[in-house]
Amino acid sequence: MIDYGRMFRGLDGGESETPTAPATEQRRGLLRRLVDNLAKSRQALQQQIAAIAFDPAADDVFEALEEALLLADCGVPATVEIVRRLEQEAAAGGLRTTEDLTAALRRVVADLLAGAESRIDLTARPSVVLVVGVNGTGKTTTVGKLAEHVRRAGGTVVIGAADTFRAAAGEQLETWAGRAGADFVGSTSGQDPAAVAFDAVSAAEARGRDVAIIDTAGRLHTQSNLMAELGKVRRVIASRLEGAPHETLLVVDATTGQNGLQQARLFGAAVPLTGIALTKLDGTAKGGIAIAIAHELGLPIKLIGVGETLDDLRPFDAAEFAAALLGAPS
Amino acid sequence: MFDSLADRLNSTLTDLRSRGRLSPEDVAAAMREIRLALLEADVNFKVVKSFVETVRERAVGDGVLGGLNPGQQVIKIVNEELTALMGTGAAKLRLKSSPSVILLAGLQGAGKTTACGKLAMLLAKQGRKPALVACDVYRPAAIDQLQTVGGQAGVPVFERGADVDPAEIAVWGVQQARQQGRDVVIVDTAGRLHVDAELMDELVRIRDAVKPDDTLLVLDAMTGQDAVNVAETFRERVDFSGILLTKLDGDARGGAALSVRAVTGVPIVYASVGEKLDQLEEFHPDRMASRILGMGDVLTLIERISENVDADRAAEMERKLQRSEFTLDDLLDQLRTIRKMGSLGGLAKMIPGLGKQLRGMDVDDRQLDRVEAIILSMTPQERRSPEIVNGTRRARIARGSGTSVQQINALLQQHRQMKKMMKGLAGGKMPGMPAIPGLPAAAGTAHKKRRKKR
Repeated sequence: MIDYGRMFRGLDGGESETPTAPATEQRRGLLRRLVDNLAKSRQALQQQIAAIAFDPAADDVFEALEEALLLADCGVPATVEIVRRLEQEAAAGGLRTTEDLTAALRRVVADLLAGAESRIDLTARPSVVLVVGVNGTGKTTTVGKLAEHVRRAGGTVVIGAADTFRAAAGEQLETWAGRAGADFVGSTSGQDPAAVAFDAVSAAEARGRDVAIIDTAGRLHTQSNLMAELGKVRRVIASRLEGAPHETLLVVDATTGQNGLQQARLFGAAVPLTGIALTKLDGTAKGGIAIAIAHELGLPIKLIGVGETLDDLRPFDAAEFAAALLGAPS
Repeated sequence: MFDSLADRLNSTLTDLRSRGRLSPEDVAAAMREIRLALLEADVNFKVVKSFVETVRERAVGDGVLGGLNPGQQVIKIVNEELTALMGTGAAKLRLKSSPSVILLAGLQGAGKTTACGKLAMLLAKQGRKPALVACDVYRPAAIDQLQTVGGQAGVPVFERGADVDPAEIAVWGVQQARQQGRDVVIVDTAGRLHVDAELMDELVRIRDAVKPDDTLLVLDAMTGQDAVNVAETFRERVDFSGILLTKLDGDARGGAALSVRAVTGVPIVYASVGEKLDQLEEFHPDRMASRILGMGDVLTLIERISENVDADRAAEMERKLQRSEFTLDDLLDQLRTIRKMGSLGGLAKMIPGLGKQLRGMDVDDRQLDRVEAIILSMTPQERRSPEIVNGTRRARIARGSGTSVQQINALLQQHRQMKKMMKGLAGGKMPGMPAIPGLPAAAGTAHKKRRKKR
């Protein structure tokens, strides 16, 4: 079981601030899993740190660090910032050994990623979660898994299938809804997605469900007409229920390069985002784009996907993420 | 797609261009800019390193410092090296046997299933008889999705549900296709991570079972540094023969395409440039390299125009123009022809110089919808003789098309101007392609200005 207190705010099953013993064990399990999944990049990075850390004062220490961060998709600005902070510490005489450097690196990265509330706010009744993103990032799967997690955390769910474009998207989501025991508000192909969202919110309210999760069609952020459509979905939800949507999550594929920033910017312009769900962290992709997004846009990462099973959709923890990426003690 | 990279290189190289002579420091500064631009474009770090090194060596070795026009020489070197990196000449599928088997593989969400439908449609357009086989037994409703895209593309889809071994389905599907006289079989597989040993083994089994003529790696153009790891592993395990690049219609700079090509040496065969099923193109690496340098993609544009413009209708249009009979119906006709070629923004990007001018300006295809709605709200007589459209008629048309009287005035005004302009152009070479209404006016002037300069 996942510690739902770390994933959600506002669900009965998830409010306890002191994790129970099994939950703590699970957290250790999560850490290990994340560490395992990121093992390759961690090793690579560690090797590089180890190789260059003999003389933390030398110029090429930071060049090699820069290379490692760029290869992790952190992007030029975030990399420059991280290296700048480390150089400052080095100049102040704080970095003498490999351990110093590793610890400082982890601290700086965690610092960049921390800050904003990273739990999903489900305090309102019903709470509406709108899920958006480009094609193929795993929106539908994330919606399905999220519904199941809400159920396990003691909440009831309505899923709205507002992806009326992609062939068979509704079927895929209905399968997930069935698994999660969620109510399903379907649509016909080509229907106005805003109407589906409206129906889903109405259903959640009428049936007294805790949460409505709305899936939307994948769209490239450059298609202004489709982004306007998304804006309409949001407006319709907002006019149906005051304060909704309470969460608008952008699903970002961890393999995405610097375009992820552009996605976050343009989706954010169309529908104000409350957070990022970073999926597919189980490959060799390092997900450094999360650091770039956090650094430039200050958007919190609220969920991470580290595998295909249900339990692989996890609450995000900046320190764990940084530790796993940059070499955690095993 | 590669615009931002083109901008970066352009500004760096314009800088070089504007000076008469280059110092070694100038070259170094230019190389730094190129390095940064390529990194931001998601070209793999190691590829960037060796690329910049090659360019630097040649820039120095070719005697740029003593050259007559050093800036041009650097541009030439970058262009040549970029072309060398991307490969030259369009790669083709092998399609040897009958039926030929094409296996599509890639990560989750790369766009394999959609690519299957697009590829089938393209091959059908080229006179082939494709069929699809559904071997993604894992993702919920993947089979339904393939059936839908197959239906849209008008090709048969062979599936046996989600409880049969994918390799078995693949073999069976190829048999079915052969029996039904199809000559190309496209096998859709489940998305899989390159580090998932079990699923990679399965892919190898599928490949060994159907012995494909071609295996295509489906790659998302937005992929970052990891593209290289993915491609290398897939190459080791299933040895793909080509790459199908998806989602190239976004603003991803697509550096992954460069990296993967450079690291694996496997050519990019197709590029998907839109959501519609007919938006898959053969990939032309040489054109792409020109495009990176901001020379536009004129060849693709010309190809699209010739594909979509009906010769007879163009000739008729020319006759009409000579008699200056360009009616609103004709305008509507042309709008629809343009729409068939793709989005306005996409078209504009292919015109040298225009892509940059249009940045930040919203080229909204809906403006064309509006024009279409206005014309469709007119009576046939009004369309033939727009001069009869008086105030009452304007109000009616505005109501009918959901626009305003001002918008109708603007359209009528534009039409008058076009007619006048075309009268002058009537003997010219491109009668079917007048100025595009709905395109921001500034873009047109920018283009004109540029033309004058040349």
